[in-house]
Amino acid sequence: MGAELGTITGFIEIHPEYSCMAGPVPAGDAPIILVEGLEHIYGDFKAVDGISFSVKKGEIFSFLGPNGAGKSTAINVLITLLNLQKGRAAIAGHDVKTDPQKIRESIGIVFQDITLDRDMTVWEILEFHGRLYRMPLAERRERIEELLQLVQLDAKRNELTKKLSGGMKRRLEIARGLMTRPLVLFLDEPTIGLDPQTRMRMWEYIRGVNREGTTIFLTTHYMDEADQLSDRISIIDHGRIVVTGTPWQLKNTLGQDLIYLETSDNPAARRLLESLPSVREITEKKQGIILMVNEDGTRVLPGIIDTLRENGVAISTINLKKPTMDDVFVFYTGKEIRDEGQQPARGGFLRAARH
Amino acid sequence: MQDGFLTIYWRDMIRFVRFKTLLVSSLLQPALWLAFFGIAMASNFDVMMAGMPVPEGVKAVGYLTFMGCGIIAMTTLFTSLFSGIVILFDKNWGLMREILASPVSRNHIIIGIALSGVTKSFIQAVIIMGFGVLIGAAFFAGFTPVHVLIGIVGVLAFVAMFALGFLFLSAAIAISMESPEGLQGIMTLLTMPIFFASNALYPINNFPEILRVISAYNPMTLLINGIRYFAIGPDFYALGHHYAFTQMDILLSFAGLVVFTAIMFALAWWRFRNAVVT
Repeated sequence: MGAELGTITGFIEIHPEYSCMAGPVPAGDAPIILVEGLEHIYGDFKAVDGISFSVKKGEIFSFLGPNGAGKSTAINVLITLLNLQKGRAAIAGHDVKTDPQKIRESIGIVFQDITLDRDMTVWEILEFHGRLYRMPLAERRERIEELLQLVQLDAKRNELTKKLSGGMKRRLEIARGLMTRPLVLFLDEPTIGLDPQTRMRMWEYIRGVNREGTTIFLTTHYMDEADQLSDRISIIDHGRIVVTGTPWQLKNTLGQDLIYLETSDNPAARRLLESLPSVREITEKKQGIILMVNEDGTRVLPGIIDTLRENGVAISTINLKKPTMDDVFVFYTGKEIRDEGQQPARGGFLRAARH
Repeated sequence: MQDGFLTIYWRDMIRFVRFKTLLVSSLLQPALWLAFFGIAMASNFDVMMAGMPVPEGVKAVGYLTFMGCGIIAMTTLFTSLFSGIVILFDKNWGLMREILASPVSRNHIIIGIALSGVTKSFIQAVIIMGFGVLIGAAFFAGFTPVHVLIGIVGVLAFVAMFALGFLFLSAAIAISMESPEGLQGIMTLLTMPIFFASNALYPINNFPEILRVISAYNPMTLLINGIRYFAIGPDFYALGHHYAFTQMDILLSFAGLVVFTAIMFALAWWRFRNAVVT
């Protein structure tokens, strides 16, 4: 199925066999991150199972996947906190294995959990980071002022970090990640646990940072976050990259619209509709079928209804919508995202249809 | 990176000053030892020893002075060993990741932590000496000002070398461990024999042979030899024992501490090099 779709769309990298081959390198500049056949094993658990991808300079690239998919492990290998076990990875031309020091100098990191010293002030956190990276005094002080403005923590500069709200802490961490003007900024679940408003503001900061030329590598398990922020997304599950593409490309593989039908005879309906030229693919669910259509769904729908009526299949429910990243995720991984205790992402059409 | 350790040092000192309760208790604890244990024991021992003949021409010192030197050493031991807990908290709270993912070399991390530990021990040693003199310990008694200066520098040199050794040991254990409780257990287990199998509170000369040998090579004893040499003098009489140190004795004690610290540095370096913190 995957390979078939790949040939239809033409420009999506699909990894049906989860091959160790490098994905096609984007045309133009050499990739700033290049990963080939990366594997990582904890004991007998394969957290990362042979992933390959590349990130272009200046883009926002996302790993989208459920918790435990291997996103953080992959990131920890890239930022040199975990040893590279198998495969190859390079950032800005420096090999992770042989040149970790060079990599540390050219990246910024925002970790998944808050890693701020509770007993240091906002200003001290940034000053300490600048000193760790050996920034000259004048440059350091200037950069701190710039960043305090950017993340709107100017008024909080002498506040101990334990007194900051969750959103402020996250903003401070992003500011810290940007202190050294890194080539690549790694953001591991940057908006986890933040309220919707703060998340949107965080996205604005991230976009702003990207506009200034910083390449962003982001992991997230929020569909909307990946969709809204990324230039390209790799969906990752069970330590493997399932598919890579732009949000638009990924959603487009599901056709222009999704139509959900519940009928008196679903297998018969499927057989009848499969031959329609506007129908790209049909998936059977527990109670109904989902059609991916190549044309505007509102124009296709009357034909579908007629076809079914003429053949004596009664329709009990019809629903029509644009594919969301949620649908893309369910389509490629065959399941909804595992997100303990969180609200399900809105608009989970394929997912809702499964029950 | 040439000054990475200064950055680590700077941060550690900020936190030392900011943890108010820890700061106060770490300074108060040795003073309380001196004030209660020191004075209580001294009032007994000094009466018991009063009748004993002191060899001709040898300076007799009271128990408070004798054990005061031991308290300096004890405080250094505790402070240094338990400094590892901070490393463990850093590790468990993820604070260590920022540092380990930065270009600062691991050696600088160790050196920075070590220097701040030494600074803390210096502050404590100076306070104990001052407080001791205040409540009647005869530190630097009869010294000329130049001698007092040399004495203080000598004491601090010994304290520094000893503190470094145990800081490295503590850091090496902390970076290899997961839980603060486990670390606390190990540290407590270590402090007992190190403290009591030394000449901090009593002479070791009348110990059973095996314990006496162990105590004589205990880094704690080496440190206390140095402190007594510089704070009391090379030749004194206390608790029924005549202490006479030659310069060679003291040099050997210091050399022993250097060897100990070098081994501990190697251990810490090895543990940090292999440290995986995510």
